[in-house]
Amino acid sequence: MAEFYEDSQSSARRTLSASGKLLRRLHLDGPLLALLAALMVFSLFVGYSASGENLTRWIDQVQRFGVAVVAMLVMAQLPPAWLRRISPVIYGLGIAMLLLVTTIGPVRMGAQRWLDIGPISFQPSELMKLAVPMMAAWYLHERPLPPSAKHLAIALLIIVVPAGLVIEQPDLGTGLLVASAGLFVVFLGGLSWWLIGAGAVVAPFAAWIGWHFLHDYQRQRVLTLLDPSQDPLGAGYHIIQSMIAIGSGGVFGKGWTNGSQAQLEFLPERSTDFVFAVIGEELGLLGQGLLLVLYLGVIGRALYMASECQDTFARLVSGAFALTFFVYVFVNAGMVAGILPVVGVPLPLVSYGGTSAVTLLASFGILMSLYRHRKLVGS
Amino acid sequence: MPRSVRIKDHWGEQRLFVARTIVALAVIVALLLLLLGRLFWLQVVRHDYYADLSQGNRVRVEPLPPDRGIVYDRHGTVIAENTPAYQLELTPEAVPDVSGTLARLAELGLLDREQLPQLQRLIRGSRKFESVPLRLQLTDEDIATFAVRRFEFPGVEIRTRLARWYPFGPSGVHALGYVGAISEADLKRIDRDDYAGSSQIGKIGLEFAYEDELHGVAGFQQILVNAAGRRVETVGGEEVQLETRPSRAGNDLFLGIDMKVTEVAEAALGDRRGAVVAMDPNNGDVIALVSTPTFDGNKFTRGISSRDYAALRDDRDIPLLNRAIRSAYPPGSTVKPMYALAALEYGIKDPSDSLFCRGVFFLPGSSHRFRDWKREGHGTVDMERAVATSCDVYFYRLAEIMGIERMHQAMTKMGFGKPTGLDIGGERAGLMPSPAWKRKQMRQAWFPGETVIVGIGQGYMLATPLQLAHATAVIAARGKNFRPRLVTAIRDSATGTVRRLAPWPEPPVVLKNEKNWDIIIDGMLAVTEAGGTAVASTRGAPYRIAGKTGTSQVFSIGQNEKYDESKLDERLHDHALFVAFAPADDPKIAVAVFVENGGSGSRAAAPIARRVFDAYLLQKYDFTPLPGAIRTAPAGGATLAPGAAAPPAAGAAAPPAPGAASPPGPAASPAPATTTAAAPPPRT
Repeated sequence: MAEFYEDSQSSARRTLSASGKLLRRLHLDGPLLALLAALMVFSLFVGYSASGENLTRWIDQVQRFGVAVVAMLVMAQLPPAWLRRISPVIYGLGIAMLLLVTTIGPVRMGAQRWLDIGPISFQPSELMKLAVPMMAAWYLHERPLPPSAKHLAIALLIIVVPAGLVIEQPDLGTGLLVASAGLFVVFLGGLSWWLIGAGAVVAPFAAWIGWHFLHDYQRQRVLTLLDPSQDPLGAGYHIIQSMIAIGSGGVFGKGWTNGSQAQLEFLPERSTDFVFAVIGEELGLLGQGLLLVLYLGVIGRALYMASECQDTFARLVSGAFALTFFVYVFVNAGMVAGILPVVGVPLPLVSYGGTSAVTLLASFGILMSLYRHRKLVGS
Repeated sequence: MPRSVRIKDHWGEQRLFVARTIVALAVIVALLLLLLGRLFWLQVVRHDYYADLSQGNRVRVEPLPPDRGIVYDRHGTVIAENTPAYQLELTPEAVPDVSGTLARLAELGLLDREQLPQLQRLIRGSRKFESVPLRLQLTDEDIATFAVRRFEFPGVEIRTRLARWYPFGPSGVHALGYVGAISEADLKRIDRDDYAGSSQIGKIGLEFAYEDELHGVAGFQQILVNAAGRRVETVGGEEVQLETRPSRAGNDLFLGIDMKVTEVAEAALGDRRGAVVAMDPNNGDVIALVSTPTFDGNKFTRGISSRDYAALRDDRDIPLLNRAIRSAYPPGSTVKPMYALAALEYGIKDPSDSLFCRGVFFLPGSSHRFRDWKREGHGTVDMERAVATSCDVYFYRLAEIMGIERMHQAMTKMGFGKPTGLDIGGERAGLMPSPAWKRKQMRQAWFPGETVIVGIGQGYMLATPLQLAHATAVIAARGKNFRPRLVTAIRDSATGTVRRLAPWPEPPVVLKNEKNWDIIIDGMLAVTEAGGTAVASTRGAPYRIAGKTGTSQVFSIGQNEKYDESKLDERLHDHALFVAFAPADDPKIAVAVFVENGGSGSRAAAPIARRVFDAYLLQKYDFTPLPGAIRTAPAGGATLAPGAAAPPAAGAAAPPAPGAASPPGPAASPAPATTTAAAPPPRT
């Protein structure tokens, strides 16, 4: 293939070939990179308006994206065999830190999520979003698939323990993301449809048990979802204001920086968790549709790359990352549109904030590494 | 590694994965369609409904900033309060012709023509429904001018807000400090909810240190607004239940500071750089904390221009520096009585031990000349004469015998080398040197010659004027030791009760022989009597003053040269110092005066102390107020609710009662209940 491009006389082709070569050398995937870049540009465009035209915060966000992109570039360089080998190590480290957080971590804003290492505040739960699917895939990849009942039980244990620790912090949003990332590995590994069906039957029962483990404010969020008007100035306020914002935007939106819901600060968390509502208000159904198409593109490309991987570990990890990305999108957009409860999950790569951007781009870095190294692994 | 009985089927797994991926993708597409459906429902089907809601009236929460606490001096005179300031604002969407409006406002003289382009840009960059301040401070005239033509200017209005006002302007500014706009750094240390609606915060001095007391608690009110953010009264004639929580004003502070004494001290310092600290030896209440040059704190509260700020910051005389607590100087001879006291305590010297002073001193085996300030020497001096005439040779010898370790120990007990603990913080520790300090700091051994010059308050030793006043107060109170403080009582704004703060005692200086206090105080009395160094400036006082002059070198002169003031640059002149307390038999006030490059302590510093004593003890106030100390509210506003702010001290004009320099608390007024709290004031 390389020779083909070399032979080409067209100068346009040559540039294409040069950048293609650079991407390959950096183990990056062009289409995925372009889609992610488009998302970040979209984020900076909307974020400027959503933060009340605050240039300082905008520059902060540019810097955070810079850090996240560096994380992706670094991850893409790590060889897959090495990634596979260190999976259990990272997982063990993550569990240890989670236990540390519950015992000695500082309580901030009513939650114990952080570990202070010198000047750096670190959330071990973020690490687990990567470590749990990698560990589950590491466990399953050398066992025959679909997994036997015993292997399945162990894999579930690998997932449930850290997810439970995170939910107890309390951080329901991150806990759900950690759990789903792991469960996607099991699903893609060939969990039998019978068991999935049984799970669907047992789920309501499990939910009833889980209800007792939820904190009051988490229960309130679920209750408010069922009837937002019940508490218009309290917990229902978020959802009502966000639905007004989206609904009043119409097909074309009120125009960039002209959303009264967002700019008059009726909308809470407008530049972070509720940025999707700002998009709906200011850019309308078209803006939201465009964003969803971009997301579908990212997910589709990531799933395609996953299916092209040649070993089970790479496939399972890549697939789980792609599907988890969708969970971000759906949980956040569903919450803002009023069809899911208010759970603290950001709109991936569009909400302001650095932590999730770093984790997400790191996961895409891993995905690109697994995809780009595949020929070396195969031959 | 457990081996499975089943064999891995790589192709099978690949097929399985692809199958699962296709299922997942299908689910994803289905869920995205569901989401799109929901969005379609909200944005297309129900669009009119939600558009109405967003256009309609809604409840918005508006913060109600609290009134900042008022500060009173010892006599109940207001020294920091809040007065209305009027500002001109423009709401872009309500103005048909912005540039025309601005031009006409400039014609009326309400705006500066040169600022118009800048204002245009500001308005263009703002949201059309939010008002833009055009000018921050309007005078009465401006308000009148605008009021009669108001109808010509739709969308332009005058808004009132409260701003901090210091009636005494530049007087006492270093103790009081000032407030200014909340900065990013401030935001990090405060709870933003408490400061919702507040635009100012204490920056330095009392305003900074007592921020928590002074600020108060913000309230809120719910108001109805339309989509443009403008306030409306009802929703289609419907009453709406609105909630309001009033703000709670900050607590008022009562100080031991006497503004009249402060003004006298500032007038006495005149245009010289220096500091005066006066305190009550019986409880540590600071009576005056003065540093010159001063500056007008009001400039900061109403938005200081960057040019004015740069002028203050770059002034060669550093008016922003609080010399009373943040500058440490060699204390010079003012420390001699304390060394004499230490010598008595260590049993090194008897008061009657005398020495013949030839005007020069040599360490054994050294030819280095330590000269006396008096070239020809003082002749035969005993301890009292040595203090009275400030004989350097006597104290060179005393230091040689005592040694630096014991000197360090004795002076540390008197509070040197560490902050006194003044309640507004920001103090420098000064320096009481020791061989250990020198080893650590300079990696050098201590030399005997250094001991000798520390014996006359020179060399490495540094002290702040506050430390000198504090040490003098300890002598005046014969060892009783109180932490200096500005705030003596706090009035709770919610209950109206005044909480008097008990003085904060520190470990006293206990002597083996109580009589030694008398010997030292007699020596300090001799300073102000015939033959003493400060006799000229204390003559004719109806009370007795115990004091000590000091003159500390800024510039080292050669071994055989003579100090000639006329030949030296003013900034190399000696510093002039004077410490004293009065009346000597029943001390009510202890003072440290410091005049930077003032020349001699007896000529430059002692007269200032005399005027401070006369002001405090005899109510002799001879001064002209500093320009800017106009004592009335700024243009455009009267003092808010003068009745409510009336100080509780009834005897405001009465002289301080002898022996009872109590805070102007409810002692004189029967109404408010009083509690005495042992809790010390907050420190930062």
